[in-house]
Amino acid sequence: MRPPHGPVRVRARGTLTLIGLSALPLAVLTVFFLLPLGGMLARGLWPDGELAPRAVLDVLSRPRVGRVVWFTAWSSAVATAIAVAVGLPVAYVLYRLRFRGRAVLRAAVLVPFVMPTVVVGVAFRQLLRDGGPLGALGLDHTPVAVIAGLVFFNVAVVVRTVGAAWEGLDSRPAEAAAALGATPWQVFRTVTLPTLRPAVVAAASVVFLFCATAFGVVLILGGVRYASVETEIYLLTTVIRDLPGAAALSLVQLAAVTVLLVVAGRTRRVADPTVTRHVADPRRPGRADAPQLVVMTVFAAFLSAPIGALVVQSLRVDGAWSLGHYRALGTTGSEGALVVPATQALANSLQTAIDATWIALLLGLLVSIVVTRRSRSRTERHVRSVLDAVFMLPLGVSAVTIGFGFLVTLGREPLDLRTWPLLVPIAQALVALPLVVRTLVPVLQGIDDRQRQAAASLGAGPLRSLLVVDLPVMWRPTLAAAGFCFAISLGEFGATSFLTRADHPTLPVVIVRLLGRPGEGNYGMALAASVVLAATTALVVLLVERLRVRSVGRW
Amino acid sequence: MLELDAVSVHYDGVPALSDADVRIEDGEVVAVLGPSGCGKSTLLRAVAGLEPLSAGRITWDGADLAGVPTHRRGFALMFQDGQLFAHLSVAANVGYALRLRRVPDRARRVADLLDLVGLAGYADRLPGTLSGGERQRVALARSMAAAPRALLLDEPLSALDAALRERLASDLRRILTESGTTTLLVTHDQEEAFALADRLVVLRGGRVVQQGSAREVWARPVDAETALFLGYARVLDGEPARRVLAALPQRQASPGTAGQVALRRSALVADATTVDAPGAAGLVGAVVSARATPDAVRLVVDVEGVGVLDAVSAAGVPAPGDRVRLRLDAARVALL
Repeated sequence: MRPPHGPVRVRARGTLTLIGLSALPLAVLTVFFLLPLGGMLARGLWPDGELAPRAVLDVLSRPRVGRVVWFTAWSSAVATAIAVAVGLPVAYVLYRLRFRGRAVLRAAVLVPFVMPTVVVGVAFRQLLRDGGPLGALGLDHTPVAVIAGLVFFNVAVVVRTVGAAWEGLDSRPAEAAAALGATPWQVFRTVTLPTLRPAVVAAASVVFLFCATAFGVVLILGGVRYASVETEIYLLTTVIRDLPGAAALSLVQLAAVTVLLVVAGRTRRVADPTVTRHVADPRRPGRADAPQLVVMTVFAAFLSAPIGALVVQSLRVDGAWSLGHYRALGTTGSEGALVVPATQALANSLQTAIDATWIALLLGLLVSIVVTRRSRSRTERHVRSVLDAVFMLPLGVSAVTIGFGFLVTLGREPLDLRTWPLLVPIAQALVALPLVVRTLVPVLQGIDDRQRQAAASLGAGPLRSLLVVDLPVMWRPTLAAAGFCFAISLGEFGATSFLTRADHPTLPVVIVRLLGRPGEGNYGMALAASVVLAATTALVVLLVERLRVRSVGRW
Repeated sequence: MLELDAVSVHYDGVPALSDADVRIEDGEVVAVLGPSGCGKSTLLRAVAGLEPLSAGRITWDGADLAGVPTHRRGFALMFQDGQLFAHLSVAANVGYALRLRRVPDRARRVADLLDLVGLAGYADRLPGTLSGGERQRVALARSMAAAPRALLLDEPLSALDAALRERLASDLRRILTESGTTTLLVTHDQEEAFALADRLVVLRGGRVVQQGSAREVWARPVDAETALFLGYARVLDGEPARRVLAALPQRQASPGTAGQVALRRSALVADATTVDAPGAAGLVGAVVSARATPDAVRLVVDVEGVGVLDAVSAAGVPAPGDRVRLRLDAARVALL
């Protein structure tokens, strides 16, 4: 006979575990994300202590705001369309074909995604500015430059997401279609593409999200004429001090992001671990693959051109080859551009990245375990899916909003954290958290729950079964997520620029500062610092890629 | 007519199929039978044009198929679990090949085909809602719709449970023979092969070891390993084989070249009542164990001068230690 209170007790214990595991991430998220966000919105919506929705509506009806929203929408849409159009053939080449150097290319495609936005902005300007290799095209400070920058960053998302799905695709339906008389193109259109559609939609919605909230690239490549919602929020808060305007735009952004996250979440499907599938080995490229290979080649050139221009220019001093700019990194620049030498800033960056990484990993692991455990009741399942969505929010909320929110809520009594050394790492960890969660969750979901049940039936407690079943599968993805997080933290600029202290800057902050100062020497130093930063992040990503974790950079 | 002429397929230098010669006449159903990993799926994929040949040629009516891509070969391929397109309805799955060719009046053709496989009224269902047997029927209809020159079946019934397998096997056999479709099927399941095929090709370790009509192969396996694979329980050689051979009721066949005898589990019928009858034919042994199954009482008997053999009891359940006389059923004995 069943004990009368058994199921209830089990359910209550499950809920308790759920609350216990999610307490720390929720507390951190509340203090360092929701509170600053709320503070920022409150300042805009309640400017004089009372609700003033009219002010918000007034802001939204300004012609400039209309232009900014429209520019954000269409440039993001175009960049997304291009990223998908380029990403599909590249994903095919990198995940369905087999050739020498494929592993290196796969890693190289991932590098731009974690490349510091500031560095990419500088690299593109280096290529497009007057006197640059492509200066004659007159693309500097045009929408084309902005879109090119956005595409540069985001093709990796499409390639990783769709590529991983494509690689694991059961090859037999396609073979059955071919045997029924479908040409390769018909097979792709009628069988492969419909199967890949969830991955494509998920990737596209995330790319759109990244494009619409991009900050550094638009700021540097768009110039003053082309502003996105994100750069406009920056302008309104830091330069014009129009907080109602900034709050209104933040609200618009928050609404759009929520919708996109819901769409992306709906389409995200994880392959059922209990289904066995026949995965065809990648083949050698044939004549029919020529179009895809051409796209791959053009794309590789597109990726390497700005970086190449950046490296070359960093090595030129007064028209001659020299390491002068790199030697200058040990100084504070000409005319006292910096407070501390750039090398010190690099050391700060590394220290900050280490802190941000362990914080993001700790939170990310807790969140991943919470959202992937099997729910025993309907309420529990709802709670889990809400948690899942909440921890994705930092992904789409303007880093500028968060940064400024930190200043207005945490920079004063009762919670003065301005000089707290972990403030910047925590802000960066929150930016990286969604990526950590998205790397770990598919792996955890991929573990057949029956393995845990088998371990339990053999007498293993929950901790023991975690050790025996989950850990062997998890350590590589965790390591990869750590590397990914480290790279993102190294390049983070939006939130950091608000929070960093003048005597303790990170490298991206120093680069932007150098760019804003007159003098050929300072510009050269900015280029050299960019190369150092890019090389460091690239190295980290290459190491991550060696771990061969499929879910890294995948949505 | 489909012909494989000394076909070899290697994966990274490791041979999966060596020197296979197979011939399939128009309208014939041929089963390639072999244990898993014997290269039978490779053979099927090579015919479909999904694996490049390392050597040899595959021809259709004498025309070499090398360089002809899968979609121009006109061989419809049906997988073990159907591999229906999950995003298309049953009707859209069946009509897939028709749509590719823009055949007019598709809806009626699709309805006819669904009728043929006994799934009328399933047109709007999605594959996810079908049972294993229904999926396999839809897959068959989808393959037939392409009006293929030949049908390639990869373990068509293996994914189904026993009762369903039997029913679908007879349906499949009827549909294939009535439509006169040239069919090549591969399977590891000898029952499936016997139920469907006119002719068998036995494949082992990537090589064809025997081919012939289903009855021939069954009655005279080419060697001990083939016999065991075809369901013979024991293969005897040397003195035990000679004794069993001598006990056969009539010398209906000369001993095989290997001098071996293969016995099915029911080749010996044990009778306790005739054990001491003077001049009676057969072998004598002592029961080691007896076990009742739904079909028969299965015995293990220690036969004098031969060793331990399987047998069935003619009547009753003998106790261990009982002496019995064993009569040989010639139809269940193969001479190798």
